[in-house]
Amino acid sequence: MSGRIVAVVPAFDEEEAIGPVVAGIRDFDPGIDVVVVDDGSGDGTAEAAAAAGAIVVSLPFNLGIGAAVQTGFRYALEQDYDLAVRLDGDGQHDPAELTKLLAPLARDEADVVTGSRFHGENGSYRPPLGRRLGITWFAKLVSLLSRQRVTDTTSGFQALNRPAIALFARDYPSDYPEVEATVLLLKHRLRLLEVPVEMRERETGSSSITFLRSLYYAVKVTLALFVGIARRSAVPNEETHR
Amino acid sequence: MTPVRISIAAAVGSILLILIVLELIRGRRLKERYALLWLATGVVLLVLSAWRGGLNTIAGWLGVSGYPPAILFAAAIMFVIAVLLHYSTVLSKLTDDNILLAQEVALLRARVEALERESAAKFTEQPTG
Repeated sequence: MSGRIVAVVPAFDEEEAIGPVVAGIRDFDPGIDVVVVDDGSGDGTAEAAAAAGAIVVSLPFNLGIGAAVQTGFRYALEQDYDLAVRLDGDGQHDPAELTKLLAPLARDEADVVTGSRFHGENGSYRPPLGRRLGITWFAKLVSLLSRQRVTDTTSGFQALNRPAIALFARDYPSDYPEVEATVLLLKHRLRLLEVPVEMRERETGSSSITFLRSLYYAVKVTLALFVGIARRSAVPNEETHR
Repeated sequence: MTPVRISIAAAVGSILLILIVLELIRGRRLKERYALLWLATGVVLLVLSAWRGGLNTIAGWLGVSGYPPAILFAAAIMFVIAVLLHYSTVLSKLTDDNILLAQEVALLRARVEALERESAAKFTEQPTG
């Protein structure tokens, strides 16, 4: 793999999980710089990440997942990395799968590669019904809006090349950002590719999304999707246009 | 026709509102751009309460036959909604700016810390002599 790679790992109160996540990425490839974006954690997330060998960017207060991830992309842009990968701080993404995400970028077959839990035959991931409904709803909606088959719009397991890093550093949605980000990406004519991956069960903690919250997010993100489609500023610029 | 006492009370209320807003601007406790809508509210309500014939005519246009002061309330409510909507846009912009600043601070702090580590490492490498 040529070029400098940065791994962006957003983390909020992941003191227990973050160390092994950082170590896992460094074991996979010691050449990858790991940036942990500590989203205003109240525990020892920042210290644990630094001890494991990560560069830590600590937000002064909790901004939410979207803005935290964007901070990582802005770091990648500032420090002029060629590729960025994004993994969650809770350990559900296996660094060993990064090979699958990075390969299509190296062959310039895509600008963004997403690890999908539903693509292909690897059906070991079975989320609870409510979550599954939400994921299916957004997958269908995004597929329809983007005229491309998308199976997993909520996956935070991604690899990006320079034009995609530049786009997301400038403009990245806030809550449940992956869904809107997918549409944003396709509107800017960037090529999205999904590859099947396995995801692990969460190692510690519980998912931050409860039922009522997911309903609220579902409505909000659906609204944001249609607003995003109608938004004026979506003209692809020189840098990202192909 | 609007009862005179209502007109007087409404006019006094509008004048009070205008005076309070002007005083807040004078004391620099309210920025002009946020005061404009409030001043417009005060002026329009003042005109509607003082110009009694006009209030009747407008009520007639809108099909309000029984109680012309209803137009006063409607105008006041419309302006309050406009002010609130304006606040929502201001709040949204502040939120975006705030996020940008927080990100910038975090990125700068990471760079400063990296520089500090770098210079500390240099310092320990070369023994001072």
